[in-house]
Amino acid sequence: MSFLSYLINGISLGSVYAIIALGYTMVYGIAKMLNFAHGDVIMVGGYATFSMMMYAGANPLVAVLAAIVVCTVLGVVIETIAYRPLLEAASPLAVLITAIGVSYFLQNAVQLIFGSGTKSFQSVVSVPNLKLADGALTITGTSMVTIAASVVIMLVLTIFVNKTKAGQAMLAVAEDKGAAQLMGINVNRTIALTFAIGSGLAAIAGALLCSAYPALTPMTGSMPGIKAFTAAVFGGIGSIPGAMVGGILLGIIENLSRAYISSQLADAIVFGVLIIVLLVKPTGLFGKQIREKV
Amino acid sequence: MQLVEKMKKATRRKQMKTYGVVLAAFVIIEILSLTGNLPNILAGQLVTLCAYAIAAISLNLVVGISGELSLGHAGFMCVGAYTSGLFTKCMQPVIPNSNVRFLLALLIGIVAAGVIGFLIGIPVLRLRGDYLAIVTLAFCQIIKNVFQAFYIGLDSTGLHFSMRDQFSIKMAADGKVIASGPQGITALSRDSSFIAGMILLLITLFIVQNLINSRDGRAIMAIRDNRIAAESVGISITKYKLMAFTTASAMAGAAGVLYAHGFATLNSSAYDFNKSILILVFVVLGGMGNILGSVVAAVILTVLPEMLRFLDAYRMLIYAIVMIVMMLVNWSPKALELREVYTSRFKKKTGKEA
Amino acid sequence: MSAMLEVKNLGISFGGLRAVNEFNLTIEKGMLYGLIGPNGAGKTTVFNLLTGVYKPSEGVVMLDGENITGKSTIEINKAGVARTFQNIRLFKQLPVLDNVKAGLHNEMKYSMLSSIFHTPAYRKVEKEMDEKAMELLKVFGLDGFADVAAANLPYGEQRKLEIARALATNPKILLLDEPAAGMNPNETQALMDMICFVRDHFDMTILLIEHDMRLVSGICEELTVLNFGETLCKGKTAEVLSDPRVITAYLGN
Repeated sequence: MSFLSYLINGISLGSVYAIIALGYTMVYGIAKMLNFAHGDVIMVGGYATFSMMMYAGANPLVAVLAAIVVCTVLGVVIETIAYRPLLEAASPLAVLITAIGVSYFLQNAVQLIFGSGTKSFQSVVSVPNLKLADGALTITGTSMVTIAASVVIMLVLTIFVNKTKAGQAMLAVAEDKGAAQLMGINVNRTIALTFAIGSGLAAIAGALLCSAYPALTPMTGSMPGIKAFTAAVFGGIGSIPGAMVGGILLGIIENLSRAYISSQLADAIVFGVLIIVLLVKPTGLFGKQIREKV
Repeated sequence: MQLVEKMKKATRRKQMKTYGVVLAAFVIIEILSLTGNLPNILAGQLVTLCAYAIAAISLNLVVGISGELSLGHAGFMCVGAYTSGLFTKCMQPVIPNSNVRFLLALLIGIVAAGVIGFLIGIPVLRLRGDYLAIVTLAFCQIIKNVFQAFYIGLDSTGLHFSMRDQFSIKMAADGKVIASGPQGITALSRDSSFIAGMILLLITLFIVQNLINSRDGRAIMAIRDNRIAAESVGISITKYKLMAFTTASAMAGAAGVLYAHGFATLNSSAYDFNKSILILVFVVLGGMGNILGSVVAAVILTVLPEMLRFLDAYRMLIYAIVMIVMMLVNWSPKALELREVYTSRFKKKTGKEA
Repeated sequence: MSAMLEVKNLGISFGGLRAVNEFNLTIEKGMLYGLIGPNGAGKTTVFNLLTGVYKPSEGVVMLDGENITGKSTIEINKAGVARTFQNIRLFKQLPVLDNVKAGLHNEMKYSMLSSIFHTPAYRKVEKEMDEKAMELLKVFGLDGFADVAAANLPYGEQRKLEIARALATNPKILLLDEPAAGMNPNETQALMDMICFVRDHFDMTILLIEHDMRLVSGICEELTVLNFGETLCKGKTAEVLSDPRVITAYLGN
């Protein structure tokens, strides 16, 4: 029974990773950049939800919606000011370093506003825990909501990308920016939309993450951000189902190794598995193989 | 052949300039220090500065010269720091001369980091671009975590390990704890000094600059510029990528030894992802492939936050803004265009006046 | 006496697509041989098979009596095959001189220790490299550009530099992939003279892919025509070019 409960907690943690990884993967697919500030957008989402509930007394759902708005706007602003001018720069490292600068900026701005102390986050989920097998197995309400949310988000995103005009435009820009532009697609607007969606998802991830692990600090987003990035690469960066599968697998591996091997080494095991996967399949589980033309 | 001589001279001048700037900085700091005018902020940072400069130069060998993105350079610093730290901690009572002890520690750290770099490089360098970046990041995290998980003790029978806690090390009565998991190594003898750092920095500069201007360096840069063409003229990709990566790892190891022996406490959590990123920022802001640039950027970006202390809470925020603005100004195609226009206008003006 | 290059039944498939099928070729030492055909006929694929970029599914490649089938690009280059690329592939950030010196990589060597300490061995070999590289650059009229970054060379000069770099590896056979692409008629004429000069001066065997019929008919002694991966016809240049099948393949029915 304890195995099952570790497994379910792993899936729940993995679902959060998956939601974050979706943002990473979409942005990477379309702008070909690693947005290192993505983890910090999650943290901002957490603080936005927290403030709405604590200071404005908002209902949790309203708080999350407000956080989504805040993060979406933040994502678009970051993209426009800091990233867009550098997308055509001579080295792809330029925008990577800028993203790191943005990450420092967000962490320190939040620290200035809220202080560096830990805020205790009140869960946004009010679903009661589910007790199974005479109480031997408990599934928390947060877990259930998180898993459900990630599944819904992935389904909606898949439909959006494949069935709507804006989604098709995203696929086109991801495939070939120049050609998409010639086909009359507004490339800048499409990239901004991708950032908006990714950042909105980050807000949801922030609220769910903090509901499960209620200690909120300006550094809250950084480790989950790295892990979700790992998950995106694990699944094959640029692929939506890849991000989902990668995130959930990562969560399961992390939780099970924490429980059965060593909590100290859990992260090492997660990264070890990633390395093995990449060495066997160099573009991740669902990644496309690209052959350089000679 | 006249042209060839001219090229050689230009290269030599560039190299001499790098040594010159570093030596001049050394002399100035020594004079300030001897006359008691060295600001305290700086005095406490001297060893760190040297370590960061060495780490930045070595990462430049990977990122700028070899053209591969590594996000795990601090991991190799960690290997150097931890192995040498263990050595120093064990040998503190046995080898009383701190210089001899540090030299041996240095050798151990360099060899350990070089070997680990080589072993990691063999499988990993087959990957490219962002995938290589994430795998190096992953290795850095693993190295850090593994060191954090070990409890090590020393008694008359030798070294003992445990992964649970320091009471499970199982030592004889005379044993003492050397490293205790996440707390790392404490009460370490601070064997490194500014002079040692300077000597190491100059040696690093010597090796990297000479390597770049040689058959091996040319092969490494040829692969960076076009791997398919490099193969077509018979240059082995694996051999030279590995050469650059291993050399850089060993140098990062040296930086780690230096850094670790500047403090009494050695904790592997100091060598995390953020440190790797910090070193990468030095390299990119200093200019990829620009060795002197790496040194200057490492110094400025380490001293700057200290100088900004009067700004108090706004310090790191301003640091972040400076970083973003510098990247936009230096790299955005539009900003470069504007700069071009203004400098040419300025030149015209001064030209007319002259 | 065997031929310089002997290819028998070479073939490769990508997925279900048969890119090159039953390709045969015999080139004698010192010959200037042309490989022509419409776009997508598989000409560059043949080059990639000959140089080890792709491993052939079947067939044998013999270079001067040595079997080089399935070997790596590096081994094949060491055995004596050098090439240029259709889409120019220079070491862009390196100076022109260093591009050629990179070509000398396996011709003139010293140890890594010499690299680091700049020993007398380093100085001696580097000097020889400089001399040899400048000599090659002079042949192509590029010696005045020695210190210019390769990326900053004019287009035509870049193509020449690629040939110089290939020659630096001291090959037995030189493969040129569309050397005249993007050149105007005057430049093409100069290039034709240069290719003939290289053949005579270095006693070189040359296989080239080209679309410019003036160049092909002007300097190639024999031709093979590829179409959809199959050999359409081969033989003396004049005969091949007047073959009705070739004209149909190029112009359609």
